[in-house]
Amino acid sequence: MLGKTANGLFWMYRYLERAENTARLIETGQRIALTRLTESDNEWRSILQTAGVCDGYDAVHDSITKDSAIDWMLRAKENSSSVLSSMSAARQNARFVRTALTHEVWEAMNGGYMRTRDLLSRKVSERDLATALGTVRQSTALVRGSTHGTMMRNDIFNFSRIGTYLERADNTARILDVKYYVLLPSVMAVGSAVDNVQWETILRSVSARGGFRMVYGSSTDPRDIAQFLILDKRMPRSLAFGVSAIRTNLNHLVANYGHRPPSFGMADHIERSYLSYDIDAILDYGLHEFIQKVLTLIEELGQQIEIDYRFYE
Amino acid sequence: MDDERIFDEMWGSDAQLRGPYAQFNNWFDGEDPRHLRAKQREAEDLFRLTGITFNVYGRAEAEERLIPFDIIPRIISGHEWQKLSRGIEQRVRAINAFLYDIYHRQEIIRAGRIPEALISGNEAFLPQMIGVSPPGGVYTHIVGIDLVRTGPDEFHVLEDNARTPSGVSYMLENRETMLQMFPELFSHNRVQPVQNYPRDLMRSLAACAPAMTASKPTVAVLTPGIFNSAYFEHAFLADQMGVELVEGGDLRVVDGRVAMRTTQGYKPIDVLYRRVDDDFLDPLNFNPESRLGVPGIMDVYRAGGITIANAPGTGIADDKAIYSYMPEIVEFYTGEPPLLKNVPTWRCAEPDALAYVLDHLDELVVKEVHGSGGYGMLIGPTATKRDLAAFRKKLKARPGNYIAQPTLSLSTVPIFTRSGLAPRHVDLRPFVLVSPAGINITPGGLTRVALKKGSLVVNSSQGGGTKDTWVLED
Repeated sequence: MLGKTANGLFWMYRYLERAENTARLIETGQRIALTRLTESDNEWRSILQTAGVCDGYDAVHDSITKDSAIDWMLRAKENSSSVLSSMSAARQNARFVRTALTHEVWEAMNGGYMRTRDLLSRKVSERDLATALGTVRQSTALVRGSTHGTMMRNDIFNFSRIGTYLERADNTARILDVKYYVLLPSVMAVGSAVDNVQWETILRSVSARGGFRMVYGSSTDPRDIAQFLILDKRMPRSLAFGVSAIRTNLNHLVANYGHRPPSFGMADHIERSYLSYDIDAILDYGLHEFIQKVLTLIEELGQQIEIDYRFYE
Repeated sequence: MDDERIFDEMWGSDAQLRGPYAQFNNWFDGEDPRHLRAKQREAEDLFRLTGITFNVYGRAEAEERLIPFDIIPRIISGHEWQKLSRGIEQRVRAINAFLYDIYHRQEIIRAGRIPEALISGNEAFLPQMIGVSPPGGVYTHIVGIDLVRTGPDEFHVLEDNARTPSGVSYMLENRETMLQMFPELFSHNRVQPVQNYPRDLMRSLAACAPAMTASKPTVAVLTPGIFNSAYFEHAFLADQMGVELVEGGDLRVVDGRVAMRTTQGYKPIDVLYRRVDDDFLDPLNFNPESRLGVPGIMDVYRAGGITIANAPGTGIADDKAIYSYMPEIVEFYTGEPPLLKNVPTWRCAEPDALAYVLDHLDELVVKEVHGSGGYGMLIGPTATKRDLAAFRKKLKARPGNYIAQPTLSLSTVPIFTRSGLAPRHVDLRPFVLVSPAGINITPGGLTRVALKKGSLVVNSSQGGGTKDTWVLED
């Protein structure tokens, strides 16, 4: 496989995952705005932060309003991580790697992009927002589904999965990074509960409410939430799940290519040293410091993968 | 032009349904036009979804456009096709022999059949290719011969595309779309398949691998990149052949071979199907500014380390001044009279011809000898006075840059319009594969159609569309 193709696959699936995560964040923000009695634009700031687009937003806006925050995350062309920009970048990368994709994956990607582009060609009214976001999630799900259903389990598949999970781990870590202060005081004051709204935000933004209930019932213990999002290996958006999936796919490449580059060791290290303990150890380490550390390690892992597999010259 | 003389491939010149269209006409009469209109839209959606688009140069916002597709097939009988393909094969053999000759002993010039200046003074002649023998002796691995029809038995070659003919992906996708939309048509008509093209292309390219190739040759397609107007086609062909689609940035010369950067290091390529022009192929040997090519690839090529398809320097065969000598060229190399006619051509470099052309400018089509894609061309009968005056100036300034041809009454084929079937002018580009194993012509080719009533310009860059082209089993 060409290094360029591995690069294209990696970014196609990263952007696809980013589009989906951002759509989910907007849904969460909207939900909170609607169920809160007092209007709080503060919540939108933290949502923009979670999406990692706050600085860009501030550069062109004076204040944060719900409408402008949604529009920035949904369709702003100046925002390279908006849903529209992400779908467009995913599709552009898919064009680059057209020969590595099955016909069905390409059509799902291209069709999803065209639907999104049409839906987001002008400002989306509040009433249409849910439908538009639903379409984005369905479109990305269709690409993922056809990827699973039609692609060979070879290096093409591995690079696709690595891109998906790096983006996802990064996204979950950023949600925790922005919200750790919510979890933290209550963790310290044993027995107190997290603010209901905050609790909702965190779980909703990773589509984990159902899963959490299944495991913890009606608990609102912040330790449980932290344990669930960081360490639960059954939860497909937890840090442990994501890093483990990256390691597994890197391991397939090692077996396939008969060569063990540094990136494999790095993924292995993140998993063993940071994601194999229980939540108390993490809290002792310091939740904030832990998340910062993991975010940095994931970023470095991404860079090492680019070098190991010759994404660029 | 005289309307009565126009030959319609469905209705002839006398409104009598022609044989190849008999089955189709039965079917069409039984169809509800509203249903067909819906199908026409469905076809467009299919094309968009598949991404069969082309990029228009210099238009940022209209970045990807569809080539309009018309659902009415163009139908050619097996008998007509046999005759045509014999002519095509003869012409392609001659072009290949001609290219070998002009880069070696230049017998045709010694024999006085074509003027020496036509070769030595030609921009498309590559001195770097003198004395180089490409693997298998093949220069034109992939050729498209543009044909126009003026009567039941009259076909003319409009131009030869020996450099990098494009459009074959449309031939394949047009058929795919028709099969999806009108499966019943294909059970009533025995249409010769085109779907083997990618397999045939792969075999043909592999058969041209350099002698040093170990066992199974590694083939790759070289594209200028995602912003090239034909990127879709490059990706499509690589995908269909199951080979890598590479750009200049993926390639470098390693240990005397051209190699591509893979996730596991550099891997040598045996056959490169390049869709990059000669000039951009190698910054060390040609245009030093090029970022699309591979520095040093020409040195590897000359040493027999890679096959480049089509060979560098083949573009000279597309030159329209050379074209005007094609009947002599065919006869010189095959020893037979040409089976396919040329369109009569005035070479403006010749004073008598220039005088005639200037006198009859409003009746003629004038083309640049190096032009393609319908650019830089004058269609006398439809040109404005200003266009004519401007062209007259250009002709006088650089006569050698132009040739002129009469406006032929091109045949028409019906297209599907709001008011039913309506005749439109068409041309045909059959695709030919050349390898030491033989010449392979896919039955049919790409039919381009001028969608505007009366228009003779079929180029996709200028409002032309395409049709599925059927060759029937007799």
